[in-house]
Amino acid sequence: MATSVTPSPIARAATIDCTHCGLPALGVDDADGPAFCCSACATAYAMLNTHGLGAYHGFTERRGAAVKPSGRGFTDFDHEAFQSRYVTRSADGLAHVQLALEGVHCASCVWLIERVPLLVTGVARAELDVRQSRAAVTWDPAATDLSAIARTLDALGYTPHPHRGGERALLRRMEDRAMLIRIGVAGAIATNVMLAAVALYTGELNTMDAGSLRLFRWISFALTIPALVWPGRVFFTSAWAAVRTGTIHMDVPIALALGAAFTRGAINTISGSGPVYFDGVCALVFLLLVGRFLQARGQRAATDATEQLFALTPATARLVQPDDSLLDVPADAVGVGSVIAVFAGETLPVDGTVVRGVSTLNRAILTGESADVRVNVGDTVHAGTLNRSAELRVKVHASGDDSRIARILAQVDESARRRAPVVLLADRLASRVVAVVLVLAVITYAIWVQRDAAAAWDHAIALLIVTCPCALALATPLAMSTAVGRAARVGIFIKGGDTLESLSRPGWLVLDKTGTLTVGNTTLVSWLGDDALKSTILALESASTHPIAAGFRRAWAGTASSANATATHTIGGGISGVVDGHAILIGSPRFMASRLPHARWPAWPTGDGYTPVIVAVDGCIVARATFGDAIREDAAASLATLRARGWRTMLLSGDADAVSRRVGTALGFAPSDIFSEASPEEKALRVRDLVMASGTGRTPPCVAMVGDGVNDAAAIAVATVGIGVHGGAEASLATADVAMTRDGLAALVALDDGACRSMRVIRRNIIYAFSYNTIGVVLAMSGHITPLVAAIMMPVSSLTVVLASWLGRTFTPETR
Amino acid sequence: MSVLYLVVPLALLLVAAGVGAYLWAVKNGQMDDLETPGIRVIRDEQ
Repeated sequence: MATSVTPSPIARAATIDCTHCGLPALGVDDADGPAFCCSACATAYAMLNTHGLGAYHGFTERRGAAVKPSGRGFTDFDHEAFQSRYVTRSADGLAHVQLALEGVHCASCVWLIERVPLLVTGVARAELDVRQSRAAVTWDPAATDLSAIARTLDALGYTPHPHRGGERALLRRMEDRAMLIRIGVAGAIATNVMLAAVALYTGELNTMDAGSLRLFRWISFALTIPALVWPGRVFFTSAWAAVRTGTIHMDVPIALALGAAFTRGAINTISGSGPVYFDGVCALVFLLLVGRFLQARGQRAATDATEQLFALTPATARLVQPDDSLLDVPADAVGVGSVIAVFAGETLPVDGTVVRGVSTLNRAILTGESADVRVNVGDTVHAGTLNRSAELRVKVHASGDDSRIARILAQVDESARRRAPVVLLADRLASRVVAVVLVLAVITYAIWVQRDAAAAWDHAIALLIVTCPCALALATPLAMSTAVGRAARVGIFIKGGDTLESLSRPGWLVLDKTGTLTVGNTTLVSWLGDDALKSTILALESASTHPIAAGFRRAWAGTASSANATATHTIGGGISGVVDGHAILIGSPRFMASRLPHARWPAWPTGDGYTPVIVAVDGCIVARATFGDAIREDAAASLATLRARGWRTMLLSGDADAVSRRVGTALGFAPSDIFSEASPEEKALRVRDLVMASGTGRTPPCVAMVGDGVNDAAAIAVATVGIGVHGGAEASLATADVAMTRDGLAALVALDDGACRSMRVIRRNIIYAFSYNTIGVVLAMSGHITPLVAAIMMPVSSLTVVLASWLGRTFTPETR
Repeated sequence: MSVLYLVVPLALLLVAAGVGAYLWAVKNGQMDDLETPGIRVIRDEQ
């Protein structure tokens, strides 16, 4: 394999911005012409200009992110199985599809995506929903293929995926519309009844004539009936369902209050004397509905962030037939043990083992690692990863719902729905409050009825309204679901709210070494040689995709590479080239020994088991770099922070003693807390011992196990809270309570931070809710609030809790 | 004050018309996406 690079322009052009995306550009052809940061931006720029969409580059607000096409062929989009599932046809012969797009950022994205009809002939219409990152595309199947449209979107940086949650989204939209209609009708009625009430109150003060008074009372009455029958019906049906099943929840006192107030008001209207409560009734219905709507939105936040992940694997797979021909089948229907073919540029539809072919895979979807990885016969590959360079034959281990990506998604889905014991406790608390409130209402009526029958009604109704425990019932689930949803957005997937509660009580933090505390094996750990050589090495390595080259680039990211590199040749085991007139060789000791058999080797200390890379200039061996399993950069600082917060740390490794001790000591683990050469069973046993030792009280300190491998899975399962880190094996992810897709230990600090903050928000919410209700009870029983004031106060308490949950800083993007 | 008997029902009719328009809007999906159309209109100069 041989590659050649032109002189690297990085150093000269650092201040010029990419004409397409606005990021710093790397290459300029001439000073006045367009400059680009990458070839993808250049392609997109050229595409827009040839189709008369150059105006895009005149916008002041542009995406500000480089175009990152996936490079997929999207041929599966044209397949029948895909079309029958996602594409609908209308009578005029046009086809419609919903595509979930990656990389939608801003206003100019709307402009660009909706001009796809100009880019691809045959596309009738493209409409974007910015918030959902979803485009509805209509095209003429006779004129173009969906795959061509998909490739165009991809080239512009908006990698499309079929939108899978179609039915769910439709259901949700119907729910949303029904809710909006209820709110709208209730709001219109409430404001008009309120206006009538103003007329009545001012009229009573200013001696309004009896006829007008009667008119307004009857109008309020007439308006309240539809308010209760239409939008207000939800409370009565829900309360009736609760009564029938023998349970008691907050809709019961609401329905009681609404019913009592309406009946009393109706009687007073007909008899022509006494207060009517219609204004309060309508306001209560309206405000409660608004509260419910906001609550539903809040609880949805958790699922929204993960919904987009649903479209990551292709819908079809190429099954290899016994006669070696290929047959396209739906990806879900591929049987375990069968062999499929995956061409270059396609996404893997299943999990499996490579049985034929050598290629490179991009596994960013599962690991977050953007560099491509080489795969060979016998390697395990996963659905959702992208095959970059050559055809692969893969023997299927798991497809559809059993694939790793599907399981991760299922887990996340479950976490959004699972209700933690703390939440249930809050629910029990609420139903107790309801019972107490009903008793108090009866007492209030009994006390006041002796003095003034009308006032007794007033006060009892006010009490029922004001003590509605919705704020209390909202307090915990809302704070938790908000926190879980926000955590998912920063790459921390939490299974249940109880996990957050446990994590807020620090105990033992048990950490696996490889992959958790350390990075992998292509990190530069030592450099013996002249620093001036760095730019020379970077110049040669910049064109290479080898992991070692990537290691050099990562380690010396701040160093500019030499400009005059020519004729770079990559040969097995090393790389050679000419930089600034010097012949450079970089490679393994064996490569050096074969190229320069007579060179003199400097006296270097031994490599400590790391992988050495030797550098020679003009035939003299001058420098050595070693690559190895380096400790994560943020490990020391993160562990120090966690220890300061009260966590005791333990290192539990399956690795050799010497290596574990070196890493452990460097990271400040006490020698007695470092355990090496532990088998999976030993790991689980140690963690179980810690959990036992922590006690079994109501709030025992948390024992958290952090690991990534299959060998940690058992330990993760027995820990109070199991945490599967970045790129972990699916066994550890399946048993873990928290799965993290973020690199490094900083995510652990963020998790601990977020857990403590969430618990603070919950406690604050409960305190708000309780104090509101207590004050409300006192005021209502002493006869200081009218039903109208109560109707305003009650939703205010719910809204306070909703706002406090939303504004509570739990997991913030800044903690990234 | 007899004018009230004419004006108040008239006002209610107006409210009914408003609610009707709102129902039409919701059912037509006008409230489904409140973000994109606002952005779209700015860039629609061509």
